Amino acid sequence: MIPAAFDYIRPASLEEACRVLAEADAAGDDVKVLAGGQSLLPLLRLRLAYPAALVDLGRLPEPRGVEDRGDHVFVGALTTHDEVLRSGVVREQVPLLALATATVADPAVRHRGTFGGSMVHADPAGDLPAVALALDCVFVVRSSEGEREIPASEFFVDYLESALGPGEVLLGVRVPKLGPGWGFHYEKFHRTAQAWAIVGVAAAVRRDGGTIGEARIALTNMGPTPVRARATEAALRGLSPAPVGGAGDGARDQVRDACGQADSGTSPPADLHAKPDYRRHLARVLTYRAVRAATG
Amino acid sequence: MPRITVTVDGVTYEEEVEPRLLLVHLLRDRLGKTGTPVGCDTSNCGACTVMLDGRSAKSCSVLAVQADGSDVVTIEGLARGDEWHPMQKAFHTEHALQCGYCTPGMIMAAIDLLRDDPDPSEEAVREGLEGNLCRCTGYCNIVRAVRLAAQEMAQAGERREVRTP
Repeated sequence: MIPAAFDYIRPASLEEACRVLAEADAAGDDVKVLAGGQSLLPLLRLRLAYPAALVDLGRLPEPRGVEDRGDHVFVGALTTHDEVLRSGVVREQVPLLALATATVADPAVRHRGTFGGSMVHADPAGDLPAVALALDCVFVVRSSEGEREIPASEFFVDYLESALGPGEVLLGVRVPKLGPGWGFHYEKFHRTAQAWAIVGVAAAVRRDGGTIGEARIALTNMGPTPVRARATEAALRGLSPAPVGGAGDGARDQVRDACGQADSGTSPPADLHAKPDYRRHLARVLTYRAVRAATG
Repeated sequence: MPRITVTVDGVTYEEEVEPRLLLVHLLRDRLGKTGTPVGCDTSNCGACTVMLDGRSAKSCSVLAVQADGSDVVTIEGLARGDEWHPMQKAFHTEHALQCGYCTPGMIMAAIDLLRDDPDPSEEAVREGLEGNLCRCTGYCNIVRAVRLAAQEMAQAGERREVRTP
């Protein structure tokens, strides 16, 4: 379909963008920020959104690119998924981001879709919000008033709603490096190659000698926002990744038991693809696979 | 209305466009470039894939105003005179199409894939074309065609640029 009519504003700088957004908010105008447009344009075309104006940040020279900043990697909001995937810093220092980004849509969409756009869009079926939550990323946002930081645990407020206030834009995200001993995996279940996740699991697991020292697990599409599987995280601590009692029928796989609580505290949606109880089942099974892969 | 300048298949156009005009509609309805079809209309199928500043993009999910100042190459801009692009020849040789609706997008996505991976495995071709759907289930021949084109382009020492001069 053809989108409903809207005005188009292309600010020349981030400062101008913040000013335009603040003025629009003061005037009560419904404006949307456009970056790569790979989530927004389908929404406009399906007429699920009717903004009065789009503020196009897609051509701004910054904030763009990946920067190694010692204890964390800073990813500029306008960095495309394709640029994230090509970044050696991402692959080596924050591999969970690379693993999840590789599952986002398809190459043509990744050429235009942006890292920051995916975060701010706050789609619970998006892959990157779960990564941000699992790694306790910090969101850096700017408005005409200045900059502020929002922890990932507070950034995803509700379905398609982030904590960005009126007149605020996302500058980028600090992705912590977790250091040695950590393993990572992103496990995604979807119907077709480039489709959204029916359920996804972002897992970071630290091995402490022969046991699991710490596990961080965030779930995609198990509620209106991404959600941490806290019960499973707690249950995994101190477990041996290997089955107890060796191989065979008598062996008890404690990791599998711990992952059986992965859906605890979630409120998965019902849609065309899955009912809530099926999503709960998927969350348990996929969390097990993700933890196994991350400790493997 | 915004005025944009966009180069399509080597020709530069200046157009006044409504902000909501999609790139694919600019190409088809304004510029007559009907070689690029509209498929699913929701960025799933990839039939409308073109090169936008040298990289594949789904033209149903790009506003014409976003392409201001850009270089676009469509399926119609691949041939040199009467000579088809090696990817077009390979699709013909391997009969990599039935109804042909997905073919323009498949060819553009395949050329983009070879820029990163000049000799892709079967699996790499399937991964690289994951954003392009063929409803005639012709994927086997499409994969063969892409690998054939890769060989032919390597033998000819050809890293053919699809960006127009």
